[in-house]
Amino acid sequence: MSIPGSWYLILAAILFGIGAFGLLVRRNVLIMFMCIELMLNAANLTFVTFSRTLDDIGGQADVFFVLVVAAAEVVVGLGIVVAIFRRRSTAVVDDLSSMKG
Amino acid sequence: MTSLLAVQKTIPDLFVFFAGALMILAGAIGVIGWRNPVHSALSLVLTLFGVAVLFIEQQAEFLAAVQVIVYAGAIVVLFLFVIMFLGVDRTEDLRQEPLIGQRVFGALLVLVVVASVIALGTESSWLGGAHSVVGPNIGPYENVNSLGRAVFTTYLFAFEATAALLIIAVVGAVVLARRSASKTSDDAIGSEEPADSDPGSLGEGAADLERATKEVER
Amino acid sequence: MVYAAPYMLAAPLLGFLFLVSVGKRVGPKVSGIVGTTAIGLSFVAAFVTFLGLLSRAQDNREVTQNLFTWISVGTFQVKAALLIDPLSITMCLFVTFVSAWIHLYSTGYMKGERDYTKFFVYLNLFVFSMLLLVTANNLLLTFVGWEGVGVCSYWLVSFYFDRDTAASAGKKAFIYNRIGDVGLLLAMFLIFNHVGSLTYTTIFAHTGSFGTTALVLTVLALLLAASGKSAQIPLFNWLPDAMEGPTPVSALIHAATMVTAGVYLLCRMNPLLGVTPDARVVIAVVGGATAFVAATIATSQHDIKKVLAFSTVSQIGYMVLAVGTGAYIAAIFLMICHAFYKALLFLGAGSVIHGLHGEQEMKRMGALRKLMPWTFATFLIGWLSIAGVPPLSAFWSKGDVLDSVYSRYPALWVLGLVTAFLTAYYMSRLFYLTFTGEARFTEPGPNGEPALGTPHESPWSMRLPLVVLAIFSILISVIDLPWIHQHTLQTFLDPVFAHTIYDPTESAGLQWVLGGIDALLAVVGIVVAWYLWRGRSERPALTPKFLEHVWYWDDFYDAVIGRPGQRLAAFSADVIDTKVIDGAVNGVGALAVAKARALRTIQTGQLRQYALVLLAGVAFILLFILLRVF
Repeated sequence: MSIPGSWYLILAAILFGIGAFGLLVRRNVLIMFMCIELMLNAANLTFVTFSRTLDDIGGQADVFFVLVVAAAEVVVGLGIVVAIFRRRSTAVVDDLSSMKG
Repeated sequence: MTSLLAVQKTIPDLFVFFAGALMILAGAIGVIGWRNPVHSALSLVLTLFGVAVLFIEQQAEFLAAVQVIVYAGAIVVLFLFVIMFLGVDRTEDLRQEPLIGQRVFGALLVLVVVASVIALGTESSWLGGAHSVVGPNIGPYENVNSLGRAVFTTYLFAFEATAALLIIAVVGAVVLARRSASKTSDDAIGSEEPADSDPGSLGEGAADLERATKEVER
Repeated sequence: MVYAAPYMLAAPLLGFLFLVSVGKRVGPKVSGIVGTTAIGLSFVAAFVTFLGLLSRAQDNREVTQNLFTWISVGTFQVKAALLIDPLSITMCLFVTFVSAWIHLYSTGYMKGERDYTKFFVYLNLFVFSMLLLVTANNLLLTFVGWEGVGVCSYWLVSFYFDRDTAASAGKKAFIYNRIGDVGLLLAMFLIFNHVGSLTYTTIFAHTGSFGTTALVLTVLALLLAASGKSAQIPLFNWLPDAMEGPTPVSALIHAATMVTAGVYLLCRMNPLLGVTPDARVVIAVVGGATAFVAATIATSQHDIKKVLAFSTVSQIGYMVLAVGTGAYIAAIFLMICHAFYKALLFLGAGSVIHGLHGEQEMKRMGALRKLMPWTFATFLIGWLSIAGVPPLSAFWSKGDVLDSVYSRYPALWVLGLVTAFLTAYYMSRLFYLTFTGEARFTEPGPNGEPALGTPHESPWSMRLPLVVLAIFSILISVIDLPWIHQHTLQTFLDPVFAHTIYDPTESAGLQWVLGGIDALLAVVGIVVAWYLWRGRSERPALTPKFLEHVWYWDDFYDAVIGRPGQRLAAFSADVIDTKVIDGAVNGVGALAVAKARALRTIQTGQLRQYALVLLAGVAFILLFILLRVF
């Protein structure tokens, strides 16, 4: 018996939870970004698990596209971070509260 | 025959699984735990590597390779680059939390989410979906073949769209990272027209770098 | 020929439309001619219809002419239809006849005035509304005409609208009318509630569907409407003020036609009155009291038109008294005679005022006998008529009324006799002060006004109507003389009132006695006035302030209704409107602002907090799915 799919799903859920917690707690923008990457990886792991258990290549194709989009997102996001840092010289996200209502 | 192979692969499977799981969790906790962002980035590499291992375990070899190349090889490097660019010695104080109740509520909510997902995930009915909707996920040596077939036929539009997305991302990054020559009064982030757009960008870039390093040294 | 009735209505309506659209452009002379001719044609049509009605048998004289269906909602149907029967055609005949001569008079009286065309516009519209009122076959159409005459009265009373007194008099007339209209509306509601239809013939066939209380209430509501329109107690104050309008208006509307509309309504609804003796008592008392009160007030007025106005109120009081007694034909007879001699008196007064360049105070008149002979002669006839001197018209008509009242309500008969004496007295006073004595207009006025120039006689356009009306004042009584023409009017109108009329069946001897008393009172009144007012223009003892100020009735209304009403309005404006209503509206706005301000605190601008809320949403969705799955 190979590893049951539910184990992978539990692992992915825990990984997602760690990433979410990190996003909420850390104040450094770059680390928050990395936590987002963690969550994306958890999703990817889930996709591949289902691809295996359902014998469907569509899950892996989805991971393919998630990878591409994650890359694009990181590029643009870090570009924004750089642009912000140039103005504010701070990487702490709590100081970026000018959208206060 | 398959079942025999399956029985024979059990213990190595378990070993691989737990190794991969350990790497993932250790790396994840490291990402959120280190104060120094460079350490966090390196922990992220560990996590990604663990995920790649588990991909291979699940017979998604192509994706494992892409994961290592793109994620660990390019994206984390990009992270590190930006961390160096912006200054690494700005560590944050993890003991204090300015937002009231953020940690408590955060922990609570995360627990709820994780528990629900686990509960839903282990419910056997969720694993019993429709089989082989797009295409069968046949054995190890055919993975690239079937994945390519799926991407270039069923998901062709998505493929083209993501290609366009990459181009847009590149253009966006260039525009965002350009230094504006004229000063603006507000804090708006965005693309302002530079005073001079002559192709002396190399020199300009060097000047940027010099200025940035001066700021860092301040 | 009976079907010429719509033309009777169409002529003044077309005149109105012509004048209102191109009247200004064609100029005053053409406007006057068109206005007068329209009414003349209307009279011709009325006469033709009358002949057509006469050609039918006595019991076949109720003709309904359907013009079109006006309202048709479920089972509620109101047709625009005309009811041509003896009562309506009688009203139409004298209304159109008197109106035509007053239109001719107005061409001379209003000559050179600003808004000459507008005057004829309103007059034509008025005649149309009045004819509609009397020929409608259902209460709703009558109400349209009722309101029409009310609004035309308002326009015409405030014709000189830049005068404050005229403007408020117009308002007063309209408002009092409206209060009366509430009565008519209530009556319509009650009738519709019990009978289900507003058409007269249907109502009269179903008088049994009412309960006693409902019937009494309906009749009292109709009485309220009649008091508003016909200036009876408690709504008579508007008529004296309405004298602010030009004199032809006073003659037409406030003497001959509009004020008779109330009496007409009560006569038309006689089947309802016939079964409520209690309500009839109330009507009779109202009429009698009004007649008496108005007569007392008229003795102390100094303005010639005000005397005539109160005289109108008093005479209509007689008519209402007759209706209350059940002597409907006597009321109609008095109405016809009154129309002629009151119009004559008003036009004569107008002639005097015109000659004296607008002076209306009798203290400044006198000795006009030689200077305005035509006016003097015709006015004399009118005076003698109203005083009740035989053989002129009022003697017969008022006599009929008093005879019926004597048999039914002796107390009211005594009141009627006193009023008759007062009528003779105050009319004689008016006559002596105006036409005899010294020429007081050559002296400066009591308030320092300059002496008036020598008055001149009026032009032919004003004299001709006076003459015609005088002739008819004399002759009109022949339509119902007891011996000579054998009650022609009575037999004509009998089918309309067949079951409800009160016939006193007095012996001939008693009739002679009562007639003698009437004649005696008239003569005594004339002689007493001659003795008292021959040479004097002022007798303060005989013109007490109480009577001069209309028994302080206006002041009473002002204190009881007017001032509290103003205070209530001020209170509503200052307190309720600004504090309560504006406060509520502003409060809603303030509440919205406060709530928004409270909600704004959620937007902290902190990215991590937004992420937390996002995660909370995710958790919520997952929990929901969990609950559904398990």
